[in-house]
Amino acid sequence: MKDNKNSYKLQVKNINVYYGHNKVLKNVSMHIEANTVTAFIGPSGCGKSTYLRLFNRMNDYIGNFRKEGDVFIDGRNIYDKKIEVEELRKTVGMVFQKPNPFPKTIYENIAYGLRIQGINKKNLLDEVVEHSLKQAVLWDEVKDELKKSALELSGGQQQRLCIARALAVEPSVILMDEPASALDPISTSKIEELIFELKKNYTILIVTHNMHQAGRVSDKTGFFYLGELIEFGDTKELFTNPSNERTENYITGRFG
Amino acid sequence: MNNALKNRLIDRVFKYFAILSTLFGLVMLFIFLIDILNQGLSRIDWSFITSLPSRFPGKSGILTALTGTIWVFLLTTIISVPIGVAAGIYLEEYGKKSRMANILEINISNLAGVPSIIYGILGLEIFVRIMDLGASLLAGSLTLALLILPIIIVATREAVRAVPKTIKEASYALGATKWQTIWRQVLPVSSGNIITGIILALSRAIGETAPLIVIGALAYVPFVARTPMDEFTVLPIQIFNWISRPQKGFIINAASAIIILLAFVFIMNGIAVYIRYRTQKKIKW
Ligand SMILES: Nc1ncnc2c1ncn2[C@@H]1O[C@H](COP(=O)(O)OP(=O)(O)OP(=O)(O)O)[C@@H](O)[C@H]1O
Ligand SMILES: [Mg+2]
Repeated sequence: MKDNKNSYKLQVKNINVYYGHNKVLKNVSMHIEANTVTAFIGPSGCGKSTYLRLFNRMNDYIGNFRKEGDVFIDGRNIYDKKIEVEELRKTVGMVFQKPNPFPKTIYENIAYGLRIQGINKKNLLDEVVEHSLKQAVLWDEVKDELKKSALELSGGQQQRLCIARALAVEPSVILMDEPASALDPISTSKIEELIFELKKNYTILIVTHNMHQAGRVSDKTGFFYLGELIEFGDTKELFTNPSNERTENYITGRFG
Repeated sequence: MNNALKNRLIDRVFKYFAILSTLFGLVMLFIFLIDILNQGLSRIDWSFITSLPSRFPGKSGILTALTGTIWVFLLTTIISVPIGVAAGIYLEEYGKKSRMANILEINISNLAGVPSIIYGILGLEIFVRIMDLGASLLAGSLTLALLILPIIIVATREAVRAVPKTIKEASYALGATKWQTIWRQVLPVSSGNIITGIILALSRAIGETAPLIVIGALAYVPFVARTPMDEFTVLPIQIFNWISRPQKGFIINAASAIIILLAFVFIMNGIAVYIRYRTQKKIKW
């Protein structure tokens, strides 16, 4: 039953990643169920971002990037030659560490993902903009100034806008690379509540440096160290009763 | 003397030096303008603009030179802008990794520094002789396009490079193709700087004399060019020709023509500033 590809949302099989001669991910395998939040923790440079970016193939742009092994989403190998990256990225959204809204209006930021698919019907766009902003709990704050530049929003609002922008194309997976690390505590807790809400409809992978955050928002946690997935399991279990000494040292703050 | 004090002193000396240098440039430009306006302004009237060249300075006008300059300006723009901008985008966004692109990059930067007369010789050989275009507007414009192409390419590349990588990443992550990202994100953000580069390049082209003389543009053209295949002259050549005449009247004509040429360049720059303003307004920084 567990070997049935389709029972998991995401499957990673024996992934090795190199940047030139530098091996940054070492034989990582993982299964992730739908509608869960999975956190990745580990010291800086251990490969968390690289790992996350495997799922929407954002590493493909890096000149000396090379990978072995496979990644499956809904049972489909996303590195298969037949897969179009643009199509893949419509099902796998991403939120970056620093809020990166486009230098356009709030409205156009959200509408962008649809416009590039050739969808320009005003009432449809209006609907999606409203729905996405509501999902990202930003609607009430910006509903009267949709024509305002997105860059005039606060950092926390910008990040929720980026989440709304990702949601607008209706992905099923959302990747978040330290989405709250540039934000104040209040904005951070808003993002965390949001992640909890979104879990109902999306499969979420999140990289974080904040142990408490991982503990609060995630169902599963993976601990990376020097490119290896040292431990992967239920978040509660991993934080209260880590089976590996390095995991324990890391979560208790003895290194990293 | 302690270090902080010394640094502050250097800072101040440099500041005054910079101010003086700026002032020097401005004062010289101002004196030049006054002198030219003083000499040439009274000569400018409608008949000066609408008259053909003549042996008599008082009857002579700039009609052929001005229309020639406008023709050259338009043709050079049409030829150089699409090619230059496309090449700049290609080199920055597509050809980045290849060794070929590296070699090209070094060569393009060097080309921007080649003396214009060399381009004239190149134009004479390729456009006038091999392509058999003669000393036509088209041959002249192609030569000038070649001359300013490196400037446009370099300006485009720099403008495109200045677009934050995070914006492009965000676009790709939403499923945009490379072309969509360039067209909808990169170009709107960089167009202001690209346009500025284009205008600077075109201003240079409009002021060029040497390469056009080399390809055979004439000083005396008693008719208005009607097609790109016609022979032509341009304002700088007309000015050059008048200045080298002994009669005082022609010297005054030259000053007047300089004013017209300057006005042309100023208007171009004005249009550029306006376009910049319009495009920047649409970008919500
Ligand atoms: N574009 C690149 N080219 C070459 N090496 C890279 C590149 N990006 C990352 N690396 C290397 O790959 C390793 C993993 O980087 P990665 O960004 O995935 O780490 P990370 O765990 O996300 O770190 P952080 O917590 O600091 O964000 C690092 O050693 C880094 O130096
Ligand atoms: Mg990272």
